[in-house]
Amino acid sequence: MSQNNMLAMILAGGRGSRLKDLTKKIAKPAVSFGGKYRIIDFPLSNCANSGIDVVGILTQYESVFLNSYVAVARRWGLDMKDSGVFVLPPREKADEGFNIYRGTADAISQNIDFIDNYNPEYLLILSGDHIYKMDYDEMLNYHKENKAELTVAVRPVPMKEASRFGLMVTDETGRITEFQEKPKEPKSNLASMGIYIFTWKTLRKVLMADMKNPDSSHDFGNDVIPEFLAAGKKMVAYNFEGYWKDVGTIDSLWESNMDLLGKNSELNMNDPHWKIYTEDASMLPAHFGPEASVDRAYITQGCVVDGEVKGSVLFTGAKVKAGAKVIDTVLMPGAVVEEGAVVTRALVADGVTIGKGAVVGSADSENIELVAKRVKGVE
Amino acid sequence: MAKAFGIVTAASNRFYVEGLQDYRPIAAFSVFGRYRLIDFPISSMSNSNIDRIFVFINGNPRSLVRHLGSGRLYNINAKRGRLELLFHEEGTTNQIYHTDVAAFLDNLEHLERATEEYVVIAPSNVLYTQNYDKLLNQHIESGADVTLLYQKVDNADTAFLGCQALTLNRQKGVETIASNMGNEKSKNIFLDTYVMKKSLFLDLIHRAKELSSVYQLSRMLSTVTGELDIRGVQHKGYAAAITDFKSFYDANLSLIDQQASESLFDPAWPIYTRTTDSCPSQLFEGASVKNSLISNGCTIEGTVENSVIGRGVKIGKGAVVRNCVLLAYSSVADGVHVENEVIDKWASIIHADEVVSDAAHPGYIRRSDTL
Repeated sequence: MSQNNMLAMILAGGRGSRLKDLTKKIAKPAVSFGGKYRIIDFPLSNCANSGIDVVGILTQYESVFLNSYVAVARRWGLDMKDSGVFVLPPREKADEGFNIYRGTADAISQNIDFIDNYNPEYLLILSGDHIYKMDYDEMLNYHKENKAELTVAVRPVPMKEASRFGLMVTDETGRITEFQEKPKEPKSNLASMGIYIFTWKTLRKVLMADMKNPDSSHDFGNDVIPEFLAAGKKMVAYNFEGYWKDVGTIDSLWESNMDLLGKNSELNMNDPHWKIYTEDASMLPAHFGPEASVDRAYITQGCVVDGEVKGSVLFTGAKVKAGAKVIDTVLMPGAVVEEGAVVTRALVADGVTIGKGAVVGSADSENIELVAKRVKGVE
Repeated sequence: MAKAFGIVTAASNRFYVEGLQDYRPIAAFSVFGRYRLIDFPISSMSNSNIDRIFVFINGNPRSLVRHLGSGRLYNINAKRGRLELLFHEEGTTNQIYHTDVAAFLDNLEHLERATEEYVVIAPSNVLYTQNYDKLLNQHIESGADVTLLYQKVDNADTAFLGCQALTLNRQKGVETIASNMGNEKSKNIFLDTYVMKKSLFLDLIHRAKELSSVYQLSRMLSTVTGELDIRGVQHKGYAAAITDFKSFYDANLSLIDQQASESLFDPAWPIYTRTTDSCPSQLFEGASVKNSLISNGCTIEGTVENSVIGRGVKIGKGAVVRNCVLLAYSSVADGVHVENEVIDKWASIIHADEVVSDAAHPGYIRRSDTL
């Protein structure tokens, strides 16, 4: 709190059911990304790099693994005195019994006591399932300069796709005048990124009222923002132009991984001034055997390659054996492609083995094939 | 366990590694792309539940102090355990005075205060892993006064030069401890690893000092083989000693062999090191990599063969890197051909088309140099 008087809360309770088997046992923010990371490493590292000391993580769906993962605050350097990563699953309270989080806003409302402990001036609300790098401290400066009570990070999207998003309609000063949730007729192309900075005192009042409102769905988009608008609170849009991806589907998760192969990858993971931190694997560097052949690869510690890799991302401990071909594919941690197998346009889940000689996926498939179970070899 | 405390010794004054050692002590040398030599003894001790570890440092301490930090990275219990760095001021006196015994005596107070009954001493210039808990139990059960760990090798004429070698009787009793001069292929190389009671250890270092100011602990033991029950225990698996430039180069390249790598890196026996949080490596169009280890944070557009590449290395378009050890953040520009070289940290090869050394005598490019 000492650094910028802003506390961050990451909404990490969603299931992410469009990721199918990947989120069967773990919450979406814990899904692996980019060779060695998990999705939640991005908002957590952004917080650490933006000078935020206290981060609350709101979990609900399959939270056991996610809880243990984020609890090691040291990984992101968030373990100083008066700093920390705090896991906040729904809990039983003395006078209300046990309440699950009824919506994104309710998750915050139910933790007002936690936030009050730190008495922050500003509250940053983040989502735990986006891939991007952003300096929240700059956004806070914008919030302060504009004397806003809510600042919403937005990014321009193509007008013809705009109706898929929650849109912020602004006046010429950047002040938000209207919020449209997936409208048929969009009046703006500024899509909300689900990143909000609130002046805490103002939000606290609105949340206290929202909790008691039986007609509310307790959601930031549906209830809180309209309430701010109705009450005439000053809301501004903060333009963000860097790389940002919602990795909500198998296709978009695959695509976002593939973005890392480019020579001028917009995400620039190699920037020494804005590193993304994660759990360190105690493994040897990537090992290439005598038969290895590579043409565009993103590859990390613990990988063993003795086959052919083309346009693919290999996660920690993935193995490609001699004579195997891995083309336009994501191999998640510990995935193994046995001798002679061919994998094309696929996303192979954690620890899954593709047996000898098996053929998986195809170059002209419409969607990326998710391989979540062992594929038997062909003798 | 905690029946023993650990000591990691600095490399002996008998060894000098040309070039590299001008910048850091041997213990801080980079191996296999992302490790430093000292990671191996400390990780083995930590994995063996030894949680009080003294690390002796000689030479410029900067790189080691920065690397070790509080020792937390080695998975040592932050409350019950500790990693302590002990410095030994060598001054400018004759090298022969710079013995392990002198370093121990300089820090006697700390060693005396350790409450554990036994001590395990391991070197920082020998690459191997060992379950010290098992070794300690073996030592206690055998009733021996001192247990020494050795490796039976058949390349003592070309490797482990200047290391000590043991001769053993049938009961594995140590008869002699003497320097390996490289005159025979087959030898029992002493891995500079000792297990004994703390009281005996303290007694021996005092006696060594009285006998001669230049005695090493191993030399002291060689004079009491008749008096004490000193036994050898054979280590099996990977072992390599860094004693000179060539052995440093060879050890690095040795892990390209998958079998050697599996024998040193057991998933159940992790080797810890400091992470630099570098991102995965990018291999671009035109890159070709065979028989190599590639650390994270690299960008590669050229050809890499039979080499060990450290973190954050850049290899340009059309460049060829063959039989090389590239330390972190070094770079080889477009079209440059390097072969049989060790390139130290932050060095860049830009304006030379060809830097090729003789395979038997690999070359060395200095830290931060631009060629």
